[in-house]
Amino acid sequence: MPELTYREAVRDALSRAMREDDDVFIMGEDIAEMGGSMGVTQGMLDEFGAERVRNTPISEMAIVGTGIGAAMQGMRPVVEIMYQDFLTLSMEQLVNQAAKHRTMSGGQLKVPLTIRTQGGAGWSPGAQHAQQFESWFVHVPGLKVVFPSTPEDVRGLLWSAIYDDNPVVFFEHRLLYPLKGEVPDELEPIPFGKARIMREGADVTVIAIGRMVPEALQAAEEAEALGISVEVLDPRTLLPLDEEAIIASVQKTNRCVTAHEAVTRGGFGAELTAVVQHGAFDHLDAPIERVGAKFGPLAFAPAMEQWAVPHAADVLEAVKRTVARA
Amino acid sequence: MASTIPAERGLRRVIGDDASIPDGEVDGLDDEGLLELYRSLVLLRTYDERSVIYHRQGRIGTYAIYWGHEAMQAGSFHALADDDWIFPSYRESAIGLLRGMPPATILSWWRGHPAGWWNPADYNVASICVPIATHVPHAAGLAWGKRLRGEDACAIAYFGDGATSEGAFHEGANFAAVMRAPAILFCSNNGWAISTPVSAQTRAQTLADKAIGYGIPSARVDGGDVLAVYEATRAAVARARAGEGPTFIEAVTYRAAPHATADDPSAYIDPERVEEARANECLGRYERYLRRHGLLDAELEQQLKAEAADVMRAGIAAAEAEPKPDLGLLFEHALVDPPASFQTDLAELRRILG
Ligand SMILES: Cc1ncc(C[n+]2csc(CCOP(=O)(O)OP(=O)(O)O)c2C)c(N)n1
Ligand SMILES: [Mg+2]
Repeated sequence: MPELTYREAVRDALSRAMREDDDVFIMGEDIAEMGGSMGVTQGMLDEFGAERVRNTPISEMAIVGTGIGAAMQGMRPVVEIMYQDFLTLSMEQLVNQAAKHRTMSGGQLKVPLTIRTQGGAGWSPGAQHAQQFESWFVHVPGLKVVFPSTPEDVRGLLWSAIYDDNPVVFFEHRLLYPLKGEVPDELEPIPFGKARIMREGADVTVIAIGRMVPEALQAAEEAEALGISVEVLDPRTLLPLDEEAIIASVQKTNRCVTAHEAVTRGGFGAELTAVVQHGAFDHLDAPIERVGAKFGPLAFAPAMEQWAVPHAADVLEAVKRTVARA
Repeated sequence: MASTIPAERGLRRVIGDDASIPDGEVDGLDDEGLLELYRSLVLLRTYDERSVIYHRQGRIGTYAIYWGHEAMQAGSFHALADDDWIFPSYRESAIGLLRGMPPATILSWWRGHPAGWWNPADYNVASICVPIATHVPHAAGLAWGKRLRGEDACAIAYFGDGATSEGAFHEGANFAAVMRAPAILFCSNNGWAISTPVSAQTRAQTLADKAIGYGIPSARVDGGDVLAVYEATRAAVARARAGEGPTFIEAVTYRAAPHATADDPSAYIDPERVEEARANECLGRYERYLRRHGLLDAELEQQLKAEAADVMRAGIAAAEAEPKPDLGLLFEHALVDPPASFQTDLAELRRILG
């Protein structure tokens, strides 16, 4: 099996779709000559030309809005919002338009639009360029929300996002881009709503998303040395959510930790916790622990930024807290 | 209905070219004023060049270079009064220097140190806005507030060519016009928004044309001509104070430096245009102007540049001598009445990093 970085895997899914299907095109700020702020679309301008690899004006609202328009008449646009912090400028289009068109046309109109964006802390940009907002969109009926953590998943899920007939908000994490992983020779679409057990374990289930998946795997290694067997589950898609797999895992382990980089308060961990307490209430041996960022604006100082967002050590601590309960 | 505002096509200029184009007249600046303007240009240029070096030395973080933009900043600044509010983007991060803000303050901002959080009301200089164009409505609102309070002051917002594609620019401009806010919308058109040329940003013939749609008169000026920028801004300020509402200024230049220290423009920029822009840069043009008028000689030039370099050396030393900030600052200012979690989180932070 070939190895790709997470970045190359995104590019591979986009390029394969664009080679096979004239309805797929990409647009966003600085994605053409420069290849995007994260280098994801590098080289694609040369292969597909400026009409299908479209540099846009700096207009997040119009990037999503025109994506909706193109999608309404059958195209499968993939638009990029340079930093997810700037999804804020396109909220009306996402929440009141993309998510509502199907319902408000009696199911006659579909919006097969993919909104790719990236973010995450770890490079010290301060309060406005490193936030994690995935949980905002899980609250909106009419959207799908994806947050892959490995090269294989990002490729297979992006393909599914492009070919999903609903608007999909697709989160990538900045620190995952250079990570390498094996991918199948042929691109295999990965269905939405199917969690992946990243590591099997018996004592506690860690449900992690995005960058916290590799962090949770590291924590699991360290826990093993302490005699704690950790299962790591990545839901991969937050909406739809594979509740069945989550509940089955916690019914097996009887303990649960949730982990994401976004602030804990009101984060996706709260939703996961609700799912688990309802589906595995009689199986729980300890309160569910939530791991996430501190509730404060992100600091610029690297040491403080690193403290504010969670790492493997925080997951390990949470794991220990749950197993410490008799 | 007011009659249609005429579209300006050419670029106003005052400074000639040593050859066929003669120097024009400029009102409002005597010899001392002309030299003050020069001092400002030198200070801004020195700050910028030193900052790039400090970045390379790892002493400040990623930095938005404004080399070649000094005439737009200093020229417009000198047309303002101290009461007038300035809303800078990252490109005008150092404009506070001209209001007496210490270089250490701005260097601290780029160092991510809380000593860089100035109080906007101390200088009438708002915080640096990095999200594109989202400060344009703030300037319109502040200017409107000044009017409501019967004050004479106006507000100037600086933003780039790319920013004119954002909704916040359009909505802010429209509001300013409808409210007759004493605002100046100053567009530093440097031809690029990171890797995106202005030709991919708009099909409008000029950015000033966009203002016409909102009923806002505009001026187009050569952004490398500090006196032309000064004059255009002076007229805009006069309109604002006379209650005639906002003005849009499109100052045109060509970005001769990378977007920021993290950018490599070789993938997209035209090196010949960069050469040309560097040869025609604003500080040199103004120096030649001052020499033609007998206001500047080599000695004075060297003296002012040495002074500015000293100010910067002292500035970075002062910034680096700032005590380590109290960890509580991370949370202290997020809310006026912090939730209980701030206290427990802070206690943990102190235990780990304190
Ligand atoms: C709302 C928003 N979208 C995107 C960005 C990323 N970004 C930072 S600078 C920039 C280009 C701005 O170009 P322009 O307005 O011409 O100003 P210049 O940098 O040339 O001064 C972009 C797209 C941002 N900071 N804010
Ligand atoms: Mg620009």
